[in-house]
Amino acid sequence: MGKVRLDNVWKRFGSNEVIKGIDMEIEDGEFVVLVGPSGCGKSTLLNLVSGLETLSDGDVHIGERKVNDIAPKDRDIAMVFQSYALYPTKTVEENITFGMVTRRVPKEERQKALKEVTDLLHIEMLLDRKPGQLSGGQRQRVAMGRALVRDPEVFLFDEPLSNLDAKLRVEMRTEIKKLHQRLGKTIIYVTHDQVEAMSLATRIAVMDAGTIRQIAPPEEIYERPVDLFVASFIGSPAMALVKGKVVQSDGLKLDVTDEEGTVLFPIPRELTATAKSFLGRELILGLRPESIVKEGEQRGGRQTFAFERRIDVVEPTGPDTLIIFTLGGVEAIARVHPEDKAPVDSMYRFEVDMERAKLFDPETGKRLSASS
Amino acid sequence: MSARQIHGIVRATSPLNTFLRLLLFAILGLFALYYLMPLFVMIATALKPLEEIRTGTLISLPQEPTLEPALRAWDSACVGVRCEGLKPYVWNSMAMVIPAVIISTFLGAINGYALTKWRFRGSDLIFGLMLFGAFIPFQVVLLPMARTLGILGMAGTVPGLVLVHTIYGLAFTTLFFRNFFVGVSDGIVQAAKIDGAGFFGIFFRLMLPMAPPAIVVTVIWQFTQIWNDFLFGVAFTVGDSNPVTVALNNLVASSTGVKEYNVDMAAAIIAAVPTLIVYVFAGKYFIRGLAAGAVKG
Repeated sequence: MGKVRLDNVWKRFGSNEVIKGIDMEIEDGEFVVLVGPSGCGKSTLLNLVSGLETLSDGDVHIGERKVNDIAPKDRDIAMVFQSYALYPTKTVEENITFGMVTRRVPKEERQKALKEVTDLLHIEMLLDRKPGQLSGGQRQRVAMGRALVRDPEVFLFDEPLSNLDAKLRVEMRTEIKKLHQRLGKTIIYVTHDQVEAMSLATRIAVMDAGTIRQIAPPEEIYERPVDLFVASFIGSPAMALVKGKVVQSDGLKLDVTDEEGTVLFPIPRELTATAKSFLGRELILGLRPESIVKEGEQRGGRQTFAFERRIDVVEPTGPDTLIIFTLGGVEAIARVHPEDKAPVDSMYRFEVDMERAKLFDPETGKRLSASS
Repeated sequence: MSARQIHGIVRATSPLNTFLRLLLFAILGLFALYYLMPLFVMIATALKPLEEIRTGTLISLPQEPTLEPALRAWDSACVGVRCEGLKPYVWNSMAMVIPAVIISTFLGAINGYALTKWRFRGSDLIFGLMLFGAFIPFQVVLLPMARTLGILGMAGTVPGLVLVHTIYGLAFTTLFFRNFFVGVSDGIVQAAKIDGAGFFGIFFRLMLPMAPPAIVVTVIWQFTQIWNDFLFGVAFTVGDSNPVTVALNNLVASSTGVKEYNVDMAAAIIAAVPTLIVYVFAGKYFIRGLAAGAVKG
């Protein structure tokens, strides 16, 4: 069974605490992506699961077994490394079968497993080559082949795509997802790329400074981030976080004032009860680019609100055009149809769907929810 | 303008430039001459009969080249009271240098691998101390080492010399291999651990096959150092177990009657040839190893 459970896991290097008491439970067949800025401890956490790093405190279970003191080779895992870590003096075939040779698997069985993997990854024609003679994408395949051939309960991926160029990265991403759907094995995947995290994961764990900020399915992470960190880390381009003051003026409003004037954003209906206690104090308004469009273009928005700002920059991306403007002293981005673009420096009427806007408590960083 | 321009060659563009260039080549030529002259004298003298040395000048070419002095130096010149030439001492040196190079290179490879890929608390300190060993002047260790060899019952023997050279070579061999293995991705070792390979499995099956460039550098270095060593040879061996460097000194010092310069020179060449051979053969693999590493990317 490919269940993985972490109980109060700590990792210290000297006095430096890298992992600070993480609890996590991963079900069989899940695809969990650990994502976070560099130095947040995501690779260390993966290495604790693989056994390449030793625990300072806590327990790691894989399947029904506690594996704290079990060597990496006996943990029923396979790992794909960022650097691929192929054995440079060995051919592709020897790379893939190295583990089986080490474990003295009979030759026929080895050949059978090799054949299955090479068919799956389409690398038959590379078997006699050395890693130095392969392209980046081919090396990536071989590295995955070496992991797949073990047929483990849990796969560990450590930023496997970050050395590939953009196009290949997207292709391999899809391929990894297909592989997961086909094999149904548990995967723990580390990346700093939040797009990769969103597109692959069944659940995302957003990490920061050795702790997990939020672990949830991608849609929930995106739509209901627990705090400012998760909100600003997930989403590209990032969410605009605008400071405003809660005022009472024909209903509860958020007052955002800058040199262009004052905008009174209506508080999202379901949050009015919670926001009432902030009357006279500051809140942070979080607006994702796709929730800001040209006035009148909001499709299905139930609580729309329009305001006017000067355009700073226009960035066409193809399907959409990004309009960058300043709101409350910070940069905000609107995602509009290409035909809705307007010249730089002109005034523009934006419209937001307040139902999709988020509110954060500036002191705790937590997102306001209807119940709290 | 000359009709044929060779791409990439910078040509002199003004008279001053031309003058400076001539000056440059004159100085370079002088240095080359300075460097090659002793070699020329040595080879020329070794090929002359004694008669010609007495009558001719130092830099004249041999009129009747002969291998007689070389043959005498090889198996009949007197070293002390023993008149068998350098031959037995060349074998002594071989019996010393081959095991010493193999053992010190092998141990250096394991050290370098352990210090970079299986880091432990204090591994940097240990490496620092080993590096310190590379800077110890060997005169300092002569007496304690002589005592140690005496206790081990290896004083005055070739195996004793092998031990000394192995120990004092470790600082350098470890340094070479550490610097090589530090550039090898740790991921390879981690992947191999997950694949179930252990310390020696990873070393023999993955690390050593990657290391020919480091091995060649280390072998060249160790071979030259140990073969050319005089101090340990003269201090820790006696008579019949002398390495060739000590025997050469004795041969030159123990000529009776007329001084046979041609035999002395030939003997010096004989003593120097093995290191040249190692350079010529291993140097080729060294370059090849570097090139193979470069395209791997």
